[in-house]
Amino acid sequence: MTLAAVLAGSIFVALNVYALLGGADFGGGVWDLVATGSRRGRQRELIAEAIGPVWEANHVWLILALVLLFTCFPPAFARLGTLLHIPLSLVLIGIVLRGSAFTFWRYGGGGHGDPEQRHWGVVFAVASLITPLLLGTTAGAIASGALPAGGAETDRGFYGMYVAPWLNPFALSVGVFALVAFAFLAAVYLTLEAEEPELREDFRRRALGSGAALFVAAVLALLLSPLHVRDALIFASWALPLHVLTGAAAITALAALWYRRWRRARIAAAAQVTLILWGWALSQRPYILPPDLTVAGAAAPPATLRLALAALALGTVVLLPSLYYLFRVFKAGVGPPTTPQRPRQ
Amino acid sequence: MRRTRSTFSNLPNLPYLPHLAFMSDLLAARSQMAVSLAFHIIFAVIGIAMPVMMVVAERRWHVTGHEIYLDLAKRWAKGTATLFAVGAVSGTVLSFELGLLWPRFMEFAGSIIGMPFSLEGFAFFTEAIFLGVYLYGWERISPRAHLWAGVAVAVSGAASGIFVVIANAWMNAPAGFELQGGRVVNVDPIAAMGNAAAVSQTIHMTLAAYAATGFAVAGIHALFLLKDPGNAFHRRALQIALIVGAPAAVLQPLSGDLSARHIAVHQPVKLAAAEAVFRTQAGAPLTVGGWPDVAARETRFAVEIPYGLSFLAFHDPHAVVKGLDAVPPEEWPNIPAVHLSFQLMVALGTYLALVSLWVGWLAWRRRDLAHNRWLLGAIALATPMGFIAVEAGWMVTELGRQPWVIYGILRTTDAVTPMPGLVVPFVTFTLMYCLLGVIVVWLLYRQILRSPTMPEWKGFYMPVRSRGNVNGRKRGREDQAT
Repeated sequence: MTLAAVLAGSIFVALNVYALLGGADFGGGVWDLVATGSRRGRQRELIAEAIGPVWEANHVWLILALVLLFTCFPPAFARLGTLLHIPLSLVLIGIVLRGSAFTFWRYGGGGHGDPEQRHWGVVFAVASLITPLLLGTTAGAIASGALPAGGAETDRGFYGMYVAPWLNPFALSVGVFALVAFAFLAAVYLTLEAEEPELREDFRRRALGSGAALFVAAVLALLLSPLHVRDALIFASWALPLHVLTGAAAITALAALWYRRWRRARIAAAAQVTLILWGWALSQRPYILPPDLTVAGAAAPPATLRLALAALALGTVVLLPSLYYLFRVFKAGVGPPTTPQRPRQ
Repeated sequence: MRRTRSTFSNLPNLPYLPHLAFMSDLLAARSQMAVSLAFHIIFAVIGIAMPVMMVVAERRWHVTGHEIYLDLAKRWAKGTATLFAVGAVSGTVLSFELGLLWPRFMEFAGSIIGMPFSLEGFAFFTEAIFLGVYLYGWERISPRAHLWAGVAVAVSGAASGIFVVIANAWMNAPAGFELQGGRVVNVDPIAAMGNAAAVSQTIHMTLAAYAATGFAVAGIHALFLLKDPGNAFHRRALQIALIVGAPAAVLQPLSGDLSARHIAVHQPVKLAAAEAVFRTQAGAPLTVGGWPDVAARETRFAVEIPYGLSFLAFHDPHAVVKGLDAVPPEEWPNIPAVHLSFQLMVALGTYLALVSLWVGWLAWRRRDLAHNRWLLGAIALATPMGFIAVEAGWMVTELGRQPWVIYGILRTTDAVTPMPGLVVPFVTFTLMYCLLGVIVVWLLYRQILRSPTMPEWKGFYMPVRSRGNVNGRKRGREDQAT
């Protein structure tokens, strides 16, 4: 395995973790938007409490993937920025509105349940719906190989060059898929976060529903996919084992939800989404941007790659314990809150 | 260096498309970048310095046991939570915009200067993790662990700022690569990070962060103290904010001297524009104020201090200072803009430094700062100054580098995206940032108004003469606040 492949893999790992953690934060916003029934206030409170301490850290996985991409594969970053300018700008607006509105809602005024603050909650929720849709759409544009080098091909015009690659049924179906996947992950995680049985049941129903919807969205994306993508996804040597594993993870997740094995459901759902993402990565190998930009061809000089790998190793040594600490503090079900005490000197 | 463009065969060459007429795509891209940077830098600077103040307050709570410090740390933390989030998302916008607006720059520079961005990514990650722990962990972890989480936020915040500024310094003093026929070879990212501008720029920006934030916070609390000098909460807050802001403001002119001597050697055009020096000359005077008349090649209405510039730039009154005539006019930046920004930055920085010396003198004489109305007025006046100076300083360094995006290597015109219609994202992002800015200011204003006149703290650590109005005229405010 070459150095460039290792780094491309690392970038994809960062994207994968972003999908599992940051994606679920977006999914939480979706459930906030569609919260209904007499418990909608408590549902929203649960979602906000689950997201609050971790969303900023989860968001950084995307930035990490981005900076590693432009350090290690500058031509790929340049081409993405050029041809996907419009959807990426929209993603940015979504990210800004989601993050700001969330903190305005939670920190802006007095109490959290403040109805005056609720309009920020609505902005947060709507941005949480649109951003994954557009993120998935850009992923679809990349996967479909619609981002070739320009060069001689100058007759495509503005629409053909900057709009058509992502505004098409396949790319949009990938957007829908991403949205449903994030919502599914969020619902599964929230069954674990909820302490009240009714809330847990609310999110169990949502998880089961979105799990089923995820299957439909996957089939839809596959049907709409360009022929070469579909061929790679079906006939490659790795395809069959991967699909069997993905299917097993999906069935495990739904069965675990059905039998209320929350932790097992969480692991299986995360595994399911991870396997699907790696299916995408494998299907476009050896290209970082199909149809013509390979991982090796886009790679920065070896001196940069070696240093990036060293930084990655060093960063991991700092990050992993910190992240472990963050999630242990907020996601391990610590006992009831106590008032802060000054340490004895 | 025009040939660089032809090497980017990876990017599409567009046919001519008529774009929206009132703004060229290049100007729109530059404006969007400027707005994004100008917006983000405020929150970035606050994100670097506020954690230090929170940690100092919390540490004092640990040591003294007075709840006033805990309350202070918590209130500051609440404000910081909003500001940090806006900083995080606007920083994301900037890192994407490098590719959305300047893909040719990133294609050229990514492998050389991506390294500090990657390190910044990790530093920012650490910052975000421990900020989450700090803001939400008051009741979940031990006080000692909580304080250390704050320290981790402060350290990683400073580190991420430093890494980003190193990348910017490289654009001013490119290093760590060679050009062979327009192709980048022999890339050495370590040498790129060790570029000639890195040390002076990172010191200048880090000090600026502490000085600007320290004085902004001190100024707000000074305003409250002008109305209510006995308020213990604001007295403590003022003290801690000045501990962070004042030393930085005193050191800043020294660091400015380092920067000026650097650009005198490495970026003479930038210095010439900042000082509006049209003619290369020995024993150049220091130009204070004035309006550069570019057509006439002279600066009108300026006060000139003989030999001043040669002395400041080279520590030698007879040294030769390169003027704008050293390069052809098409390689000049916008001279009035750079000159005025520079003058503004220096004037505001000088004011902050003088006020800091005043504060230091009074503190050394053990005088009561909160009853010195002249001093409080001077500090209150300084509230926005640090931030204006930061913005002006970035104008100097960014506008002063034009027409280059990488000084002497790549022109800004050759770095911009080929996508037409860039005025649309420029207007969209500008409107979004205006809206966000208004909301943030309004929310902070409300939150600050809510802050505190705690009756039980009125007599706390006060000089005797201020204890008189403990239960006095301020009751109305408290009722309003609750």
